[in-house]
Amino acid sequence: MIKELTCICCPMGCALTVEVEGDKVVKVEGNTCKRGADYAVSEITAPTRVVTTTVISVQGRPVPVKTAVPIPKDKIFEVTEKIKSAEVSLPVNVGDVIIEDLYGSPIVVCAKVG
Amino acid sequence: MREFDLVIVGGGPAGMAAAIAAREKGLENVVIFERDHSLGGILNQCIHNGFGLHTFKEELTGPEYAYRYAVKVDELGIPYETGTMVLDINDKREVTIISPGRGVETVKAGAVVLAMGCRERPRGALNIPGFRPKGVYTAGTAQKLVNIEGVVPGRSVVILGSGDIGLIMARRMTLEGAKVKAVVELMPYSSGLKRNIVQCLEDYDIPLMLSHTVVDIRGKDKLEGVYVAAVDSKNVPIEGTEEYFECDTLLLSCGLLPENELSRSCGVVIDPRTGGAVVNESLETSIEGVFACGNVLHVHDLVDFVSEESARAGAAAADFVKNGRRTGGEQIKLIPGNGVRYTVPGTVDVTNVEQEVHIRFRVTGVFRNSSIVMTCGGSEVFRRRSRILVPSEMQDVVIKKEKLEGLSGEMTVEIRGE
Repeated sequence: MIKELTCICCPMGCALTVEVEGDKVVKVEGNTCKRGADYAVSEITAPTRVVTTTVISVQGRPVPVKTAVPIPKDKIFEVTEKIKSAEVSLPVNVGDVIIEDLYGSPIVVCAKVG
Repeated sequence: MREFDLVIVGGGPAGMAAAIAAREKGLENVVIFERDHSLGGILNQCIHNGFGLHTFKEELTGPEYAYRYAVKVDELGIPYETGTMVLDINDKREVTIISPGRGVETVKAGAVVLAMGCRERPRGALNIPGFRPKGVYTAGTAQKLVNIEGVVPGRSVVILGSGDIGLIMARRMTLEGAKVKAVVELMPYSSGLKRNIVQCLEDYDIPLMLSHTVVDIRGKDKLEGVYVAAVDSKNVPIEGTEEYFECDTLLLSCGLLPENELSRSCGVVIDPRTGGAVVNESLETSIEGVFACGNVLHVHDLVDFVSEESARAGAAAADFVKNGRRTGGEQIKLIPGNGVRYTVPGTVDVTNVEQEVHIRFRVTGVFRNSSIVMTCGGSEVFRRRSRILVPSEMQDVVIKKEKLEGLSGEMTVEIRGE
């Protein structure tokens, strides 16, 4: 199967054509450097993203939070929903953990609120 | 009258970095005036990650990046007054402020650092026909509503302009359950960073319509939808290409403007190309002892560059307070040549350069396999080849002092193809 990607390693934004067999990348074309090939492999085999969002605290003010490490890309909406339903009470500080483990990542507070 | 060695106007990333650098240079009597209720500026509402790769070698969210600087401000014991708005600065460096606690007050400053940041280009500046219904916001206003107030302004969204805030808000609104129907960009390229196109639009199958614009807004009291049309090479809408998008929210991400009302009122000369002050190598404006840095000087795409630049402004201001003005040597005037829109600084006095000088600029279009070339008096001072130069990425060229010694007159900065 052929997949088209845009490399995000630098402003070149190379248009990558990636040949995939099963879950393996067999060929990357269109990249100008090795980073493009590496990016294609990780994007195809196990794409991940850091998720940042807010959770409304018991007191009503939003608290910005993030996944401490990238989580699987196809779990973004699920992770966002789970974060939304967490109970958080002010005050909170940078680095506080509100959920211990969501798909391998703790959910941590990004700002001092309250 | 209260007197300060250094007054810093604005407690965002620029103001905090300037204050820290000035204190680290040994200046004790420093104050930051911030109109919001806490330090951090716009970073507080930029909850996405991607900040700090240069400064901290890790990806932080906006609030985390701001927090690191705010902690440093506290550790150094630098005083800051929040809820304090600067109303006026005059050419004698008297600064008039207003705050709920102290009322209107004029203070005397040995030096001033302007660090007010920038604001978004509003609808009124875009000439979009149609009524003025509710539901039209700048992207940054929507960002504040969602991330600070906890209110999501709409359910179906069209975004005009593909600046980074627009792209970030496309993802943010999607995660909050809204349907983002399209991001519409007048230019044939996006003005946002590539990584944001991929991670904010492509990840969520949000279409990016290049060379398109909003030609009409429907709805009298409440936004009902927008007409989008393709534009030709002169950015004129092409008849017959109109497409209607039903939506209750239109977000505008059409550029940022340095917020220089205060600078203008004290007579600082403004460069019409940047909308920011004309500055020399020390980031000093046309008024002695008044310095400028960060987005009020020229709009940056990376906060790391804001912090670095502002630290230089803070250090230069501290030096000015302690040692007075250094007598001017030969001036080099920087001239933006082919493919270069502006340069910051505009002039360089080599005697005031400690080790190196940063020259920052943006290119006028997309240049592939080209070189940044600087020439002065017929000789080449600098050359750097680049695979690609794009307007959305600010260029930062560092030139060692010895390269500039003995030069005077005009130095042209240009892009040459190969």
